[in-house]
Amino acid sequence: MPTKVENWKDEVYGNEIREHLMEFAEEGWDAIPEDEHDAWFERFKWWGLYHQRSGQESYFMMRIGTPNGVIEPGQLEVIGEVAKEYATGPADNPEFGDAYCDWTTRQSIQLHWIKLEDIPEIFEKLESVGLGTQQACGDSWRNIVGCPVAGKDKHEHVDAWPVAKDLHETFKGNDDYSNLPRKWKVAIAGCDEGCGQGDINDLAFEPAEKDGELGFNVRIGGGLSRKEPRLARELDVWVPPEQAADVAHGMSALFRDHGDREDRFNARIKFLMDEWGPEKMRSVLQEEYVDFELETAGEDMRDQYSYNTGSQDGHNDHVGVHEQNDGNYYVGLNVLVGRMGADDTLELAELADEYGSGEVRLTQRQNIIVTDVPEENLDDLLDEPLLEDYSPDPSPFMRGSIACTGTEFCSLSIVETKNRQVRYARWLRDNVELPADHDEFHIHLSGCTASCAQPQIADVSLRGMKTRKDGEPVEALDIGLGGGLGDDPRFADWVEMRVPADEVPGAIKNLVNNFEDAREDGETFRDFVEDRDEETLAEMVEPEETDYHDPYMHNTKMTWYPYAEDDDMQASPAPTDGSGEPLPSDD
Amino acid sequence: MTTDVHQLDDGAWISVNDSREVNVSDLWLLARSDFCGCETTDFLAEGFVKVGIDYPDIEARIAGQCIACGESGVTDWLTVGRVVDPESGEFYGVDHESIHFPEKRTRLARPPE
Repeated sequence: MPTKVENWKDEVYGNEIREHLMEFAEEGWDAIPEDEHDAWFERFKWWGLYHQRSGQESYFMMRIGTPNGVIEPGQLEVIGEVAKEYATGPADNPEFGDAYCDWTTRQSIQLHWIKLEDIPEIFEKLESVGLGTQQACGDSWRNIVGCPVAGKDKHEHVDAWPVAKDLHETFKGNDDYSNLPRKWKVAIAGCDEGCGQGDINDLAFEPAEKDGELGFNVRIGGGLSRKEPRLARELDVWVPPEQAADVAHGMSALFRDHGDREDRFNARIKFLMDEWGPEKMRSVLQEEYVDFELETAGEDMRDQYSYNTGSQDGHNDHVGVHEQNDGNYYVGLNVLVGRMGADDTLELAELADEYGSGEVRLTQRQNIIVTDVPEENLDDLLDEPLLEDYSPDPSPFMRGSIACTGTEFCSLSIVETKNRQVRYARWLRDNVELPADHDEFHIHLSGCTASCAQPQIADVSLRGMKTRKDGEPVEALDIGLGGGLGDDPRFADWVEMRVPADEVPGAIKNLVNNFEDAREDGETFRDFVEDRDEETLAEMVEPEETDYHDPYMHNTKMTWYPYAEDDDMQASPAPTDGSGEPLPSDD
Repeated sequence: MTTDVHQLDDGAWISVNDSREVNVSDLWLLARSDFCGCETTDFLAEGFVKVGIDYPDIEARIAGQCIACGESGVTDWLTVGRVVDPESGEFYGVDHESIHFPEKRTRLARPPE
């Protein structure tokens, strides 16, 4: 029997949701019939709007999809203006203030505290510069990810940006693919560094050569969520760039028709791949969904991949100053946990305009890149005070930090994440020294098993949990080690479970010290972990209280907002009207 | 009126009559349960897998783990609250910090009206 969500989607879904959304926005929050809240909030996701968690009713997270992370000249300024004007809530965040943008692990943008009544104005502003929220969430083609410096990279073999853009334009708003069984995540990259992270996507195009021609090998069925991580599997298909869209049509139609619509927990294509295996997947694609003979896989470049490999060699990320293929430079700036204040965003837009082409790009490591900087402008850009906070040469602990949204706004998260990871990174920077040959060390903090911070592919993986300390429930984290991508991708081993959150920095310090003492010359952290069993590794992680202070040990989910002065659920002003004034309660 | 119950957002919460009533991330104490070997299971709710109505009880099977021993899995049916008067639809949640007894169902949930 189809799920309730499927029934709601059958009634209204896809492009037509917008008309209803605009009517509700015009009339105000109360216009959404109370007995239709769940159905409409499920549908609004398709237009990039996610109702915030309990205690924050009437406020939405808005996601803006920027394919391949490309933010064209003029767009960043509008994003900053929208954040400043509309993404302010009833309480401030102590680390980030009252308005900010989140750069996500899928090269998108998330704004919070968006009011329904403001959505028409926001859409107008975004669309005036070619930005949009369509299909940023919901059961459809999500934002396409890829190498963030596609078209500019010296390591590039195929320029994947025109292909990504074509896929974006083809599948956004396309009624044939607007109602899929579940989300559909696509990655495409043409460089030899592996920064598309295709291994953790539903559909991946990776650079490969066939009979002297450059194109893409296709992989299917990667993903990290729900304690069921899967690496995408080879489909044994190679396509030239001009046929990538045809295969994408075929694969997403196959998913549309064969994905499980009766159990949303089993709906992603990774589970269909489990069931069918790559051979059947390929034959069904060939026989039913494409009208040309598929070529077998070409020779890939995976043995050269360096991105998020822990190899300490080549690009593990895009932070720093790097020469482009046209002689200009790109400057990758570290944005700690991906959150940038609205004023800082506006200032960066000016800097990008002044020193570069005005374009910036988002990475899958929650960072931002200023592109097209002529060599003669580099020193002046690097001297700008803003780059002290968003450094191109940060501490490895700042550089390697990724965090999801957490209990601040998310219904699913078990623990507070972004502010905690900020505090972790600062403490580790000040108190822990990595071996001199390690300038990359990735710590990913995810509030739950949905894995939005991609914890399984980090050197140190942190996942939200609970435990008791002195009998009292406290926020805690599971600790995993040794995950990463590359030619031999590997998910982290979960070695130490339910560590009270205030003992995690001490645990990481002890781990790093034990690694330094026990490693062989030149051995990377990832190799070190791979060579040891879980028991040995668990002994090296010694949770310990230190002078690190964690203000979020209590159940942050039970608050209406974890950082409010009066954080009690009953003190919530939500729901509010279009001007932020509390609406009368039904009680 | 019919009581409408479902889990949403990847099992993050249970909706009763379009109102968010039960959330993940709370600790539930489970007794007489074969979930793990602990006398009382100190159970962290990580996701609602199934929801149902056995009038007047609203029930759920919850994915999570015992934070004392680490055993993880899905509970048997657990009463998370009640809708005593279907006409008003008002939901009375149980106190998750009290002791709860998950049960294997011996009869079918009442079919939707």
